Amino acid sequence: MINFFNQFGSQLIFKTWQHIYISGISLGLGVIVAIPLGVVLTRYKRISGFVIGLASVLQTIPAMALLAMMIPIFGIGAKPAIVALFIYSLLPILRNTYLGMENVDPTLRDAAKGMGMSNFQSIMRVELPLAAPVIMAGVRLSATYVIAWTALASYIGAGGLGDFIFNGLNLYRSDLILGGSIPVIILALVVDFLLGRLELLLTPKTTEEG
Amino acid sequence: MIQILSEGDGKGMLLSMEHLTKVYPGGKTAVDDFNLEVEKGEFICFIGTSGSGKTTTMRMINRMLEQSSGTIKINGEDIAQMNPVKLRRKIGYVIQNVGLMPHMTIRDNITLVPKLLKWPVEKRNERAKEMIKLVELPEEFLDRYPSELSGGQQQRIGVIRALAADQDIILMDEPFGALDPITRESLQDLVKDLQEKSGKTFIFVTHDMDEALSLATRVVIMSYGKQVQVDTPDNILRHPANKFVADLIGQDRLIQARPSITTVGQVATKAISAREDQTLKQALGEMHTKRVDTLLVTNNEGKLTGFVGIERLNHYYGSGKRIGDIMDSNVFYVRKDSVIRDTVDRILKRGFRNVPVIDDDGKLIGIVTRATLVDIVYDALWGEADKSNSNDSGQTKETEDNPDKEAGKTESQAEVTQTTEDGDQK
Ligand SMILES: Nc1ncnc2c1ncn2[C@@H]1O[C@H](COP(=O)(O)OP(=O)(O)O)[C@@H](O)[C@H]1O
Ligand SMILES: [Mg+2]
Repeated sequence: MINFFNQFGSQLIFKTWQHIYISGISLGLGVIVAIPLGVVLTRYKRISGFVIGLASVLQTIPAMALLAMMIPIFGIGAKPAIVALFIYSLLPILRNTYLGMENVDPTLRDAAKGMGMSNFQSIMRVELPLAAPVIMAGVRLSATYVIAWTALASYIGAGGLGDFIFNGLNLYRSDLILGGSIPVIILALVVDFLLGRLELLLTPKTTEEG
Repeated sequence: MIQILSEGDGKGMLLSMEHLTKVYPGGKTAVDDFNLEVEKGEFICFIGTSGSGKTTTMRMINRMLEQSSGTIKINGEDIAQMNPVKLRRKIGYVIQNVGLMPHMTIRDNITLVPKLLKWPVEKRNERAKEMIKLVELPEEFLDRYPSELSGGQQQRIGVIRALAADQDIILMDEPFGALDPITRESLQDLVKDLQEKSGKTFIFVTHDMDEALSLATRVVIMSYGKQVQVDTPDNILRHPANKFVADLIGQDRLIQARPSITTVGQVATKAISAREDQTLKQALGEMHTKRVDTLLVTNNEGKLTGFVGIERLNHYYGSGKRIGDIMDSNVFYVRKDSVIRDTVDRILKRGFRNVPVIDDDGKLIGIVTRATLVDIVYDALWGEADKSNSNDSGQTKETEDNPDKEAGKTESQAEVTQTTEDGDQK
């Protein structure tokens, strides 16, 4: 244990940073694309089935295969990994955004419209705030997936904590395997905790005490 | 801000709906040739069975739905030409399930439309305080959330939310349906009060006939998308257009309403009377044949001028005088147009057996008997259950209770003795 830190301490920090960087960007892009897309789909219900179906299909492609498919397009390194992980992050966020928006009491949507809110005002002031907890649940799920699969991205040369794991597997060194996988688990737990706090912040108050 | 509800155009109607028809996709005709002209300050109730098109009609007014054909004008201006979002900000709307925003404080809920209209924050807060006072809730409530209020309190907020931006037209879709009777009654009082004070125009959907009759200046009765009857509550009670309306009103209510819509003239029976210029002998003969103890006296034009009792007649008998010379001109009477509700108290309190009824020219047209009045009032109070023993008419034959028993001043019209129930006080 101490040995491991002595030998790989600085690498560990660097790989962890890479890991955070890759998964953070993938997830960030996923959020930026999937939430607005989910909102738009609630206004175009006729294509919502198709779009969500498509995202589900993408989700079923094995992670390794998807990563490998990126190589001909983007080469190797962080870039193809980010694209592949971004695609993975889409579905949970998209689906939860859509469901969260759809589950807002139709009476409230009706009231918002009836009182003279524009479509945009209704989304921003009523529907998104009320859907926030459901959307955040999707984001947390995506975050956990992305952090885990970022470990696989090492396979196509993206770096990250996966490097330890793959090296360990190649060299039959369990300390490397554990040294890579334990930080991944910790990272996933910490991020989930932080996103949980964010979810609380975004969940609108409905009583004075909060 | 566009002033879409500005005065003018000369037609004088605040809201006019012409040949409105709504066919839903799929072919269901929900509203069929609906016509209504609403003046400022009216309180219109739509009532009808479920599915008769009340909600559909109402939602076309603020363009939550587009009509299939027909036009709606506000102050003469076709609303189809207006921006729907701006139109809705000018029309208060209370939806059936209140629809308060659970994630906004009561203050933010009340001032939702003012905020959309970009009122400055001080003015909004001022308005929130004004409004919550209006519905007799404490100011502390402004910082609470809807879930912390009772159903009735939430409903009050729902009502003032529709008024907060000074909307001239308020649409309410079965706003009190889910409330207990006491809360509902207090909110009905509130709404009626607001309407009378503010001069705002209300369109109010209900399926509760009592609610419609007590709130409305005019009631629109609907069935299968068509208007069956459009009239004042009194006229609807008096002349239900057809059996559907009568059933909707219900037999009990028709009976209950009798004292307040039946006029004295409608229940008057024939009076036994004599003319001033008749001899006492003639009068006594009349009393004998009709078996009565008092005669009402009229002049040659048939106007009521007094009465004479049998004792007085006996006293002067043989004196050669005429009726007009000995009659008592201090006679209590009621006018034929007064409704029974307004007169019954005074008549019963004075203990009169019967009271003469006159028309606008003072002519005697008949009498109402105490028995008739008691009948109607008791029926209204307790239903028609025990209606067997009290249906006589005409002057009674006993002696004492005559118009002279209490020689009060002659009163022309009854003072209104309305009762206002005041159920709730928070
Ligand atoms: N969106 C809709 N699509 C099709 N039919 C509808 C729709 N909304 C209402 N209807 C039908 O139109 C009729 C009138 O409905 P509504 O105006 O809601 O009646 P009410 O408010 O008097 O109960 C009903 O028969 C109802 O089933
Ligand atoms: Mg309805």
